[in-house]
Amino acid sequence: MDALLHQMFSGLANGCIYGSVALALVMIYQATHHINFAQGEMATFSTFIAWALMQAGWPYWVAFFATVAISFLGGLLVQRIILRPVEKAPVLTNVIVFIGLLVIFNSLAGWIFEHTIKAFPSPFPQKSVLATKFFTSHDVGSAAVMLCVLGLLYAFFRFTPIGLAMRAAAQNPDSARLVGIRVSWMLAVGWGLAAAIGAVAGMMVAPIVYLDPNMMSGILLYGFAAALLGGIDNPGGAVVGGFIVGVLENLLGAYVIGTELKLSVALVLIVGILTLKPDGLFGKQVVTRV
Amino acid sequence: MSRLLEARGLGAAYGATQVLFGIDFALDAGRITAILGANGAGKTTTLRAICQTVRTSGSVEFDGQQLVGKATESVVRMGVAHVPDGRGTFTALSVEENLKLGAYVRRDRAEVVRDLDKAYARFPRLAERRHQQAGTLSGGEQQMLAISRALMLRPRLLLLDEPSFGLAPLVVAEIFRIMHRINAEDGVTMLLVEQNASLALDLAHHAYLLETGRVALSGPADEIKRDETVRRTYLGY
Amino acid sequence: MTPPRRSKAYWIAIALAAVALLVLPFLVKNYRVFQFNLVLIYAIAVLGLNILTGFNGQISLGHGAFYAIGAYAAAVLMDRAGMPYWATLPVAGLLCFALGYLMGFPALRLGGHYLALATFALALAVPQLLKYKKIEGLTGGVQGIVLAKPEPPFTFRFLDQPFNADRWLYFFTLAVAALMFVLAWNLLRGRIGRALIAIRDHPIAATAMGINLPVFKSMAFGVSAAFTGVAGALGAICVAFVSPDSFTVFLSITFLVGVVVGGLASIPGAIFGAIFIQFVPNIAGDISKSAPWAIYGIFLIGLMYAMPTGVMGMLGKLRGRWRPGAAPASSKG
Repeated sequence: MDALLHQMFSGLANGCIYGSVALALVMIYQATHHINFAQGEMATFSTFIAWALMQAGWPYWVAFFATVAISFLGGLLVQRIILRPVEKAPVLTNVIVFIGLLVIFNSLAGWIFEHTIKAFPSPFPQKSVLATKFFTSHDVGSAAVMLCVLGLLYAFFRFTPIGLAMRAAAQNPDSARLVGIRVSWMLAVGWGLAAAIGAVAGMMVAPIVYLDPNMMSGILLYGFAAALLGGIDNPGGAVVGGFIVGVLENLLGAYVIGTELKLSVALVLIVGILTLKPDGLFGKQVVTRV
Repeated sequence: MSRLLEARGLGAAYGATQVLFGIDFALDAGRITAILGANGAGKTTTLRAICQTVRTSGSVEFDGQQLVGKATESVVRMGVAHVPDGRGTFTALSVEENLKLGAYVRRDRAEVVRDLDKAYARFPRLAERRHQQAGTLSGGEQQMLAISRALMLRPRLLLLDEPSFGLAPLVVAEIFRIMHRINAEDGVTMLLVEQNASLALDLAHHAYLLETGRVALSGPADEIKRDETVRRTYLGY
Repeated sequence: MTPPRRSKAYWIAIALAAVALLVLPFLVKNYRVFQFNLVLIYAIAVLGLNILTGFNGQISLGHGAFYAIGAYAAAVLMDRAGMPYWATLPVAGLLCFALGYLMGFPALRLGGHYLALATFALALAVPQLLKYKKIEGLTGGVQGIVLAKPEPPFTFRFLDQPFNADRWLYFFTLAVAALMFVLAWNLLRGRIGRALIAIRDHPIAATAMGINLPVFKSMAFGVSAAFTGVAGALGAICVAFVSPDSFTVFLSITFLVGVVVGGLASIPGAIFGAIFIQFVPNIAGDISKSAPWAIYGIFLIGLMYAMPTGVMGMLGKLRGRWRPGAAPASSKG
């Protein structure tokens, strides 16, 4: 029973991270109808930046927020400079550009920071009142951070004018222009936010899996599964999907298929959802009366 | 009477297909002008040309500023609100969110709230459904929402593309009554594109008739209404 | 569309090229021959991917999986079942055809980026699947399987170089590659090729014209997988080694680079693409381990801006008179 609870709590903690990656994917999908294959590599690169800042002596939280800001700016610039020219191009062209981005971020990380595995500090002390036999204080801490991020995002989109404008631009760019929204800047901001979320997810996960250029590839897969499970156009669904995937991964890994095949769980989920229920669990069907 | 907008040699094309062939027209401030014509005459394109959502050539001067070559968002910020064909509502957002978006570019928060209340007063049915998803509204309600959203801009020029389209006659009559009131009370300059020529001529002060991308004739609305030959030849009634 | 009339000069050039190809392995050292073998093998793999993605518009980011299946099929059959190396090729081809055809069914419902996502997921999961302990007896687990390079059926010396295993494999691979290219050319230039392109560019119109979309798309997947599977088998034979970490998602991306650089929907382009992906890592790898991938990334993005039709498209534009394949229509996917 203890072991089961441990797996579940750990799964939920992981689920926060998968949910955040999924959320970043959903945000970009909603705005651009493209899947950001480079999401994982961008997050890894951001984590390397944080690592470098800390190596240079910056305190953890200063480096943390600096990295989030840099990542936001980076994501915004990537959209403005690299993606805007191919916005209207066919899907295949966009997919190829995204893969190109994946490859560039991955190789840049390897080039600048080398391929040796690095330790990444956790801001949450090992021995703390939060830690129990079911979860470490890092589990709790990172879950809290991710939930904070998700809460801030929700508030941003729900209650601020620019959040509303971004939602409008994602749903109906033509109408958005007609109310004066600069749609292409909204896309850029969306990318910036997605990159920032990815950075936070990377920094939360690095203490557990250690930092190297390929750190996020498995996590990205879980993020895809979570996003699809929740409905690729549903941000709330992405978060819920993340929790489900996190718990499933751990339970199936521990009791059914063994830990070595965990990635296959994600693969089966992805192919299964796409084949059987492409809208996911909560994919929104917007009601329109003709 | 001052001229709010003056178009000279306005051409527009979709890709390689030219739709407007250098038309001239002018809008008087505070008046309602109608553009009439058959399907494919270029009426909708004319509105899009003003908003710069289609490739244009020639000149469109709005209160002294050239519109051709500007981004749509910039034209809107100059005070041009467009109610497109098909309403263009944000169907996944609520009624209130749609209205708020109409005022997106405005900085005067207090006035925006006042305009919001005014919109609800003018269209009580919108007030009833303020938190409902816009896509669940009926056609007539969506048209009211679209017009209200455009008015939230406090526009100097209101463009309306086929407001009667797909609506029951009673609803259409109500909407046209409201449009008349908006012009009369708030002095909003309107440019109206309509298939329903008789309704349009009843509402408008001035009218242009387009035929395959060119201005066939123009004049005061009541003159055109009275001219039987024009009515039968061009307007089919 | 009738092929352009070929002049005498064209055929003389072809003959010279053929002679050059036959003499080449004796002009260079062993290691270069090995590299040329890989070029031929990658050319087949890239051609396979091109059939699916270039001609038929179904985006696969997971063709490395078929390569891996073909490679492991050959390795297992040779090592565990003692099958002669040349016999493994048709088996690998058929196996991958069947799997690819089956993949066609879920793929039918998945357009554009969803299919890319599903195949990307497959590519990411492959190394882990290959390392699975329960099938270690078959696959050799993390260590993989070491094979013996096939010896040539006879030996001689030519131009002071021995006719050894690598050189024998060169001719073997060349023959297989020639066969597969001719096969692809026959398949794609006629009605089938036009149907595939029609499905890519105007799927609704294609259905209306009576093209059986599900069958064609599954067949395209199957044939594409078979080509890449055969390449995988050849790869296992020539490299004489398979291990799970040789078949990561980066292999799938490498093939995609080959397709993009060589030219989408171009058969000869597969050769240019293969040369690119074989030699860029060699040259750029000296600068840094990561440099080749940075170059790949820049080429992927840069080509999408500048030359969406790849090297072959550029050559075609320069030459003017001969249009290779048919580049994808620029309609929204």
